[in-house]
Amino acid sequence: MSDAAYETVETDVLVLGAGGSGLRGAIAAAEAGARVLIVCKSLLGKAHTVMAEGGVAAAMHNVAYQDSWEVHFADTMKGGKLINDWRMAEIHAKESPERVLELERWGAVFDRTWQGRIHQRPFGAHTYPRLAHIGDRTGLELIRTLQDRAVHTAGIDVHMEVTVFKLLKSGRRIAGALAYRRSDGSLILYRCAALVLASGGAGKMYRVTSNSWESTGDGTALAYEAGAELRDMEMVQFHPTGMVWPAGVRGILVTEGVRGEGGVLRNKEGERFMERYDHERMELSSRDVVARAINSEVAAGRGTPHGGAFLDITHRKPEFIKAKLPSMYEQFLKLADVDITKQPMEVAPTIHYAMGGVRVDAETGASTVPGLYAAGEVASGLHGANRLGGNSLSDLLVFGKRAGESAGAWSKTHLKAAVAPIDLAEIDAAIADLKAPLDRPAGENPYKLQAEIQDVMTKHAPIVRDAAGLEEGLAKILELGTRVKTCGAGGSHALAFNPGWHTAYDLRSMLVNAEALLRSALARTESRGAHARSDYPKTDDQLTAVNFIVKKSPAGMQVRAEQRPPMPDYLADAVHRSYAHYTPEETE
Amino acid sequence: MDISNLDLNVWRGDAKGGEVVSYRVPVREGMVVLDAVLWVQANMASDLAVRWNCKAAKCGSCAAEVDGFPRLMCKTPIAEYGGQVSVGPMKAFPVVKDLVTDVSWNYEVNKQIPPFTPSDKDLSSSEPWRMQQKDVERSMEFRKCIECFLCQDVCHVLRAHDLKNAFYGPRFMVRIASLEMHPKDVLDRRSLLKGKAGIGFCNVTKCCTEVCPEHIHITDNAIIPLKERMDDEYFDPVRSIVRRLGGKDRKPPP
Repeated sequence: MSDAAYETVETDVLVLGAGGSGLRGAIAAAEAGARVLIVCKSLLGKAHTVMAEGGVAAAMHNVAYQDSWEVHFADTMKGGKLINDWRMAEIHAKESPERVLELERWGAVFDRTWQGRIHQRPFGAHTYPRLAHIGDRTGLELIRTLQDRAVHTAGIDVHMEVTVFKLLKSGRRIAGALAYRRSDGSLILYRCAALVLASGGAGKMYRVTSNSWESTGDGTALAYEAGAELRDMEMVQFHPTGMVWPAGVRGILVTEGVRGEGGVLRNKEGERFMERYDHERMELSSRDVVARAINSEVAAGRGTPHGGAFLDITHRKPEFIKAKLPSMYEQFLKLADVDITKQPMEVAPTIHYAMGGVRVDAETGASTVPGLYAAGEVASGLHGANRLGGNSLSDLLVFGKRAGESAGAWSKTHLKAAVAPIDLAEIDAAIADLKAPLDRPAGENPYKLQAEIQDVMTKHAPIVRDAAGLEEGLAKILELGTRVKTCGAGGSHALAFNPGWHTAYDLRSMLVNAEALLRSALARTESRGAHARSDYPKTDDQLTAVNFIVKKSPAGMQVRAEQRPPMPDYLADAVHRSYAHYTPEETE
Repeated sequence: MDISNLDLNVWRGDAKGGEVVSYRVPVREGMVVLDAVLWVQANMASDLAVRWNCKAAKCGSCAAEVDGFPRLMCKTPIAEYGGQVSVGPMKAFPVVKDLVTDVSWNYEVNKQIPPFTPSDKDLSSSEPWRMQQKDVERSMEFRKCIECFLCQDVCHVLRAHDLKNAFYGPRFMVRIASLEMHPKDVLDRRSLLKGKAGIGFCNVTKCCTEVCPEHIHITDNAIIPLKERMDDEYFDPVRSIVRRLGGKDRKPPP
């Protein structure tokens, strides 16, 4: 390989991902005076944020005057079963109202209250109606607003349909990244002083998921390979309500807004079973509780014909449903031939979100690698063991801005990083590695391998886990790891838009995420939030102050337990007050 | 489960040319065209190029022509067709490969539209804005757009006449309408509409409305009201007489 093998592009801040956190981060970095380049795997405006339906959580108390940042903070901590980074949860609860109002000033159009304020809807495990929303397409509004703001902000450029496959360092610091253009397979060497990971989650390692082809955990894998620490990787969220039928749409999200607007869950016997799992909050319990409840009902033989639960909102007026849940109405009518104003929906849990991810500093979004930042789903800490609905969009805005600002400021003081020497041999090796599957026509088919990874994770890291299953899953993932090293691209040598070749690379990211999940899940010998173990069904108080940290070492992937500093009194009080007033069943 | 087969005829090729290739796909209940395309990709042609993301008609990535009609593949049930269906790329845009087209022109157009601009008073106010639901609903219809570009694909000004240098296309009429009808936006985009955006090229055939997966009434609610606004400014007969009788912007005699 020679220099001519790739084009070199220089910038101050490189942002990976053009969802909510990437766009908000890019805007913040540009406002801090940095030249910003956004790189995304799809077209601009198609990132996963667009799928978010229900709303953005912010204690603006437009609907419930009693709401405050303290209650939002307590709800978030309780939802996360107290292993959240409490400082992130505090910042998030305090700053999200400001971020929502800012979005409105950038042109977002929210649903209104009769007083003309931004309307807020109730959502699972939020004490008060708190989700600012636009019907059930809040994510689209958010991404379009940020997209337009970003393209009209000087200093921001976008490279669409480009995949980054390696982060480059100069010494300990981030100095750039290697990427390929999906359209023609040509290579780009990005040089930058700071890099913001905003690349989303890894849902694609499961078979039934609400995530798209993009969610292969690239960000966590890139950070891990660059030596950054990952945290809480065992915590992946099953959204309780994904479509189950027909088979072709299995896993597609049914917004929690359905339950927020009054939808009830029933088993095949017509029983409103949430009564037995969370008598207080019923359908609006936290997602981990509702997902396990549906799972248990199906396991006990009380599931629907297609193995799920009925979600029924037919008691609401048709006009109400069409106004509040227009895209759900359309989705079921078109894809399942079900009129949700007349018939119940069939739903079952679907992999939705990674609470774990890159370990970041609460204030700045900095990872443990200097110059490398992370925000949004690829980062970890805010959501702990379980994310509340609506806290993701606010997460993107609050921490996207903070990470972008910090990266912008860092780039100003480390301008030389973008021209610092980097290891050319490392670049050549990475490129050779990327292209190798194209020259292995007889190598295994990447789609087959992807399906095998999905089968392993679905079978061995399901909603309820145990040591034997996790061990077996880990052994299989490690074995798949050796096979992926010699896999092909599916038979075609084409550099131009070759999804088989692209998948061959994505597999490696998925394997890092899968291994980290399984190892961390083995280490957490208790049940907590999204992580349920049949062999350790109780929550272990000793582990409340513990996060599991994943790091690359010469001997392979290492997992260690790390103690978290205790909450200061004023935050601990907010949580205790909340436990005293609401959800008594959780104090057990 | 009802198993039968589908002959999926996919246009395969690039800017230099291509051909239709037929693939036999096992049909599952409730299958949509995108499922069939992805099945071919996973089992028969790993290098089949296609864009998709959400698979739930929310991102607008998988726009293509199904039996010649512009549609989202994720929202098009196989059951609507018999034992065979053909899929090709959008014809209004240059082909990159197979079902993937170069839609970058759209992104360039978007950059030319002046963004949301509130008044200085609203911008400097520290109070949250108050707007009634009725006031925001007009703009909301247009903000449902998922940028699939099917309306651009079907628009004969762009598709048959390739007048991309003269007309922004329906998508961006919708975009401009969403800004013009935003209760807090104060910018006047009428000169842009008349000039570079080329709204006069639209002769209201409503093809764009017909293909919109979000059911936005593109022609009736966006383009026609915008045309009317522009006509008020430029072609209103009363104003034109006032101007002739010595209004302040009276044209100099020839």
